[in-house]
Amino acid sequence: MRRAFLTALAEVAARDPRVVLLTGDLGYMALEPFRDRFPDRFFNAGVAEQNMVGVATGLAEAGFIPFAYSIATFASLRPFEFVRNGPVLHRLPVRVVGMGMGFEYGPQGPTHHACEDVGVMRTLPGLTVVVPADHAQAAAALHATWNLDRPVYYSLGKDDRTTLPGLNGRFGVGALQVLRPADGGVGVIAMGSVAAEAAAAADTLAGEGRPVGLAVVSTFNPAPVDELAQFLGRCAAAVTVEAHVVAGGLGAQVAEVIAERGLGCPLRIQAIRRSPDGRSGSQAALWRKHGLDRDSVAAAARELATARS
Amino acid sequence: MVALNPTQIRRIVLEQSKRANVGHIGSALCIADILAVLYGEILQIPAPGAPDRDRFVLSKGHAALALYATLALRGFIDRSELDSYCGDDTKLGVHPKTVLPGVDFCSGSLGQGLPMAVGAALAARMQASQRRVFCLVSDAECNEGAIWEAAMFAAHHKLANLTVVVDENGLQAFGPTRDVLEQANLAERWAAFGWEVARVDGHDLPALAAALRPRGQHGPRAVVARTVLGKGVSFMEEGRAITQTHVAQNPVNWHYLPMSDAEYAQAMAELDRQG
Repeated sequence: MRRAFLTALAEVAARDPRVVLLTGDLGYMALEPFRDRFPDRFFNAGVAEQNMVGVATGLAEAGFIPFAYSIATFASLRPFEFVRNGPVLHRLPVRVVGMGMGFEYGPQGPTHHACEDVGVMRTLPGLTVVVPADHAQAAAALHATWNLDRPVYYSLGKDDRTTLPGLNGRFGVGALQVLRPADGGVGVIAMGSVAAEAAAAADTLAGEGRPVGLAVVSTFNPAPVDELAQFLGRCAAAVTVEAHVVAGGLGAQVAEVIAERGLGCPLRIQAIRRSPDGRSGSQAALWRKHGLDRDSVAAAARELATARS
Repeated sequence: MVALNPTQIRRIVLEQSKRANVGHIGSALCIADILAVLYGEILQIPAPGAPDRDRFVLSKGHAALALYATLALRGFIDRSELDSYCGDDTKLGVHPKTVLPGVDFCSGSLGQGLPMAVGAALAARMQASQRRVFCLVSDAECNEGAIWEAAMFAAHHKLANLTVVVDENGLQAFGPTRDVLEQANLAERWAAFGWEVARVDGHDLPALAAALRPRGQHGPRAVVARTVLGKGVSFMEEGRAITQTHVAQNPVNWHYLPMSDAEYAQAMAELDRQG
């Protein structure tokens, strides 16, 4: 997603001189092409994310469209109050770009695991949150949102190889991407790059002859509330999959829809439920540890289906 | 440019604080001279919202009433709007918000104004505009790490269109700044971060104007202004309450206290003698 997103960013920067890129001294070996092509619109703010977001706010007040880039935890959690009182309170088109969604920086350890960014940022109704599921959708998301008149937070991954089959780069602000209708079976709903595991689980279940649906949520504020309600209306039960804590994440959003619409759809939230134990490992290992890998998702869906029958 | 009388700013501060029965009076009185010079002699603002106007960020947002008074005296807001200060659904909260014409940036959370001012200064340079950016921070606000992040960035990028006024009244919420977090040599700290530094008496109008006027500066400039909390009202400067007898003398009293009727009367009488 990183290369796809930055390529798209360079494309819009070439068209629009308002686009500026700031980094909190991260993105080495990734941001250089933008820096070299647009040296007057690239600023390394140093390891100082609060000031970076403040500077972006000042730039946006003067008419620029600044993108402020860092690792997702440092881009979202450290300067959260600066985002809240800066671009959100001022209603300015600052874009905060968080790299390394979920457990992507697995071996780096818990300081680098972006497990709360979506939930935290989603608490700000004036901030659109974008969470692509693969690189093609990341590029499409940038093209669809770079010029929004409100602030945006992007939770991105570095992975530019994995493609979510059937998504084909579709993206819409507040849109649900349905890859497989539920048809009365278990609906699997995923967010972010771990959607690839959800898709694999859906394939497995379908191979077992079970009716299964698959959908991807890529935006909050607005979230695809109506489309989710429609999708859930055709599910016997639903499983949400996210490399994110339960609070404020995808499962929480789906639970809000089920409760507020009175849908009576049983829900299993496959998400992070434990505080970090200090150990790290690969993204794949951490997905397994937290029940987010394809086997765990498939098992959860089978359990739900069995409980319903 | 219309010369502004700081006593008129102070009078409005007292009137509205009394009407709304709120505190933060000392902080607002403290910066009246700085605002009178900025808005009377320095800031080039053809109209609020004009794209190439100079920008002002009141990073110490709790002194916003003095800014509202200044905006009213400059005619940027209607005098009658001041009467909504602290009211329901008001644009004039205790801390300033851009919903009010003339307020360039929201503030209220200390340490956040300067980073935005730095961005505003960078934007002016990128747009090849001659506009200048001013930011008023308090000395206690310099406890915030983000102030120094912003100071580093501004110095590194040699933002010569940026001027910070440090309101050095030596007090913060729990008492003298030296007792809370020692910040001796505050001016030297700004200098050490690569800023041009001037020290002035924050109540000396000609000295303030001289320090704030454009000068072929090569980088950002910090004007460390020594001020007195509650300036212009003797008992506030002394940290005394007159009729609120349960309040012991304390230099930070008028950071918080609203005025009794008698205190208001005496304070206004003192201002009347100042013209």
